[in-house]
Amino acid sequence: MRRVYLDHSATTPIRPEVLEAMLPYLRERYGNPSSLHHWGQEAKKAVEQAREAVAALISARPEEIVFTSGGTEADNLAVIGAAYANAAKGRHIITSSIEHHAVLDSMQYLERQGFKVTFLPVTAEGLVQVDEVGAAITPETILISIMHANNEVGTVQPVALIGQLAKEKGIILHSDAVQSAGKIPVDVDELGVDLLTLSAHKIYGPKGVGALYVRKGTRLDPIFHGGAQERKRRPGTENTPGIVGFGRAAALAKQEMATEARRLAALRDRLLDGLIKRIPDLVITGHREKRLPNHASVCVKYVEGESLLLSLDLQGVAASSGSACTSGSLEPSHVLLAMGLPHEVAQGSLRLTLGRENKEADVDYVLEILPPIVERLRAMSPLRC
Amino acid sequence: MSYSDKVMDHFMNPRNVGEVENANGIGQVGNPLCGDVMRISVRIENDVIKDIKFKTFGCAAAIATSSMITEMVKGKALEEALRVSNRAVAQALDGLPAQKMHCSNLAAEALKKAIQDYLARHS
Repeated sequence: MRRVYLDHSATTPIRPEVLEAMLPYLRERYGNPSSLHHWGQEAKKAVEQAREAVAALISARPEEIVFTSGGTEADNLAVIGAAYANAAKGRHIITSSIEHHAVLDSMQYLERQGFKVTFLPVTAEGLVQVDEVGAAITPETILISIMHANNEVGTVQPVALIGQLAKEKGIILHSDAVQSAGKIPVDVDELGVDLLTLSAHKIYGPKGVGALYVRKGTRLDPIFHGGAQERKRRPGTENTPGIVGFGRAAALAKQEMATEARRLAALRDRLLDGLIKRIPDLVITGHREKRLPNHASVCVKYVEGESLLLSLDLQGVAASSGSACTSGSLEPSHVLLAMGLPHEVAQGSLRLTLGRENKEADVDYVLEILPPIVERLRAMSPLRC
Repeated sequence: MSYSDKVMDHFMNPRNVGEVENANGIGQVGNPLCGDVMRISVRIENDVIKDIKFKTFGCAAAIATSSMITEMVKGKALEEALRVSNRAVAQALDGLPAQKMHCSNLAAEALKKAIQDYLARHS
């Protein structure tokens, strides 16, 4: 059976070059980077080289990169660490209602600790409005956290404009760039962010490693305790093979970004245009232009997402959905609901995210098999009159 | 999500899809808010289910349970059909994943409603 992986926003395969770079650190170069001897120094050198590569991807300085166990930890460290370190200045935080759960749930945790959090609404295209951020700022505001690109609908947020606001008011700005870094330009100075979250496995690196960019001078409490690693911001023996893989993946992503983004955007538009042409009653979710180059997301009216995913999987296509069944809760995706989509439409959400291996033929295969799947499910649906 | 072969069979090859012509009982349960809507229509003659069809909006479990119940009660007497429980439908499908037992296992309720609708119309 033909197999087409279109779930690159969930995770990506490790690139062969990345794996090759990692292997020595899983075999003979096993030293602890904190050790003084040859083995330790060899590992330390590798970690520092990787730090330079990751910093270069976002135009940061190497000493501003803190390696973590992944995007979720980096988000927790950013949100909770910044809140605790700056609580004396105020206890108000601004975020959006479409953040990843790593940010949203951390915010809810902070609410239970007595912080006040404003969850901003978004437009129908999933955009945070800059003037609403401005209006939400109070003298008590210490932190703004707005994701760079949304994982479910691919909308890219006006982070640079929010950065200007935050800078004027002296408020720390965090942005989760897990989905955008390596796909579109991310420059920490252009965006005006103080904290920025990265993840390796979304850019053909290994799982279990991420990073938090921390602008020099940003007050941040650690959430882990137990050592001086990562300038005491993230104690614990470094995941050397993972960090090395992350560094290699970041370097390759930076090198290939411009050409790959153009190629993926053309494939994405072929996919979206083809779906609109072939499937009636289809809603594109997210912004049509301000979106990630590899990201196509739609809601298929009158059908439910899990049925779509299962049918696609039986024909070799891997995708994802924000329906209640697939989100693991009783509610469909909080992102789609925040964008004002009715529940029953949100139930039919489908996300197709392209990657390096995908070719035109893969897109055409989906365009061939999806319309009959939709037609079959709609014929069973009591919602279509 | 791991579904049994029987669930996958009923999902991919659902039995009795559609609406019964000249139906004399219709039952609908669930709502699109939580993800599943099932509508069962029946033609009942002499207290026997002569014909039964379903339409379902929902996940594979919702579609498979709807399909399965139509097979289980077609040609059966009303009394017998009313005794079919959601649990029995799930068992006939070799079980459902735990998280699907309550949210997508509504077929017996849809059938009950269809029969009650018939009884109300003919009392």
